[in-house]
Amino acid sequence: MRRVEAFFRFLWDFVIGDDWRVAAGVVVALGITALVAGTSVAAWWVLPVAVAALLGLSVWGAARQQS
Amino acid sequence: MSGPELGLAISVFLACAVEAVEALTIVLAVGYTRSWRSSLIGVGVAVLVLAILTAALGPALTALPINVLRVVVGALLLIFGLQWLRKAILRASGLKALHDEREAYEEEMAAARAAGAPDTTFDPYSFTLAFKGVLLEGLEVVFIVLTFGANQHNVGLAAAAAGAAVLAVVLTGVAVRAPLARVPENTLKFAVGAMLTSFGIFWGAEGAGAHWPGSDAALLVIIPATLLLAVGMVTLLRRRAAAAGASVASGAASRA
Repeated sequence: MRRVEAFFRFLWDFVIGDDWRVAAGVVVALGITALVAGTSVAAWWVLPVAVAALLGLSVWGAARQQS
Repeated sequence: MSGPELGLAISVFLACAVEAVEALTIVLAVGYTRSWRSSLIGVGVAVLVLAILTAALGPALTALPINVLRVVVGALLLIFGLQWLRKAILRASGLKALHDEREAYEEEMAAARAAGAPDTTFDPYSFTLAFKGVLLEGLEVVFIVLTFGANQHNVGLAAAAAGAAVLAVVLTGVAVRAPLARVPENTLKFAVGAMLTSFGIFWGAEGAGAHWPGSDAALLVIIPATLLLAVGMVTLLRRRAAAAGASVASGAASRA
């Protein structure tokens, strides 16, 4: 049981990393891209904007914790 | 070689070189301190496990429909790339300690010596440490090789780039007989993080049904834009830290 738990903890650390909000944000941004792509509006800009926002929020959050 | 293929080869080579440098440090430390034989057996078994993983997961990934594959690969590359980039930004702005191979080497050697005298025939400590080090660093490489390779339907090129990086690092390590402390590891991680994020943006959006203006040429804008964003964040954080330092210094001076 402890090994299974350790494996899932490793998997979480490996894929999700230090900030789970980034992973969640990426999934949401991909969903929004798919929704916008289904309309007549161009959808390519959604991910770059989302990435800039997610990286900024994550880095700023870490910087605030440090200071 | 097309633009995306060149991007694939460069990204995989750089990412793999960084991971290989970190694995080499661990293997050198246990090899020199305890047992070369047991360490090299550990390396061999880890490489075998990684090769089996690549051979098993590669065909499974390439069998996915292209749009599903691009969304999955795009999401994973984005999550992974943003992790690398976040760490690289924090390190470059001085908010996180820089990764120092010399320091890591000294720490591994001290731990290996503290573990007691090695067994003359087979040393489980050396085996386990070398196996774990190569496996954990190698998993990141397998992930990058598979995601980039499967998406471009060129796992062979990705594997060749990874192999070339490992060979270059191992040969250099054997030549200098020391950890590769002079490799600009943090700069490389910065570049790899930007590449993974950029390809994640590109493939993720395409997989979700978006069309990039200029098709593949859009990557020529996305990669520099991502780098510029990351460098801009480093500059802002450094200025913020300098301003905070200056206000603390002026506060101390006015109190004195």
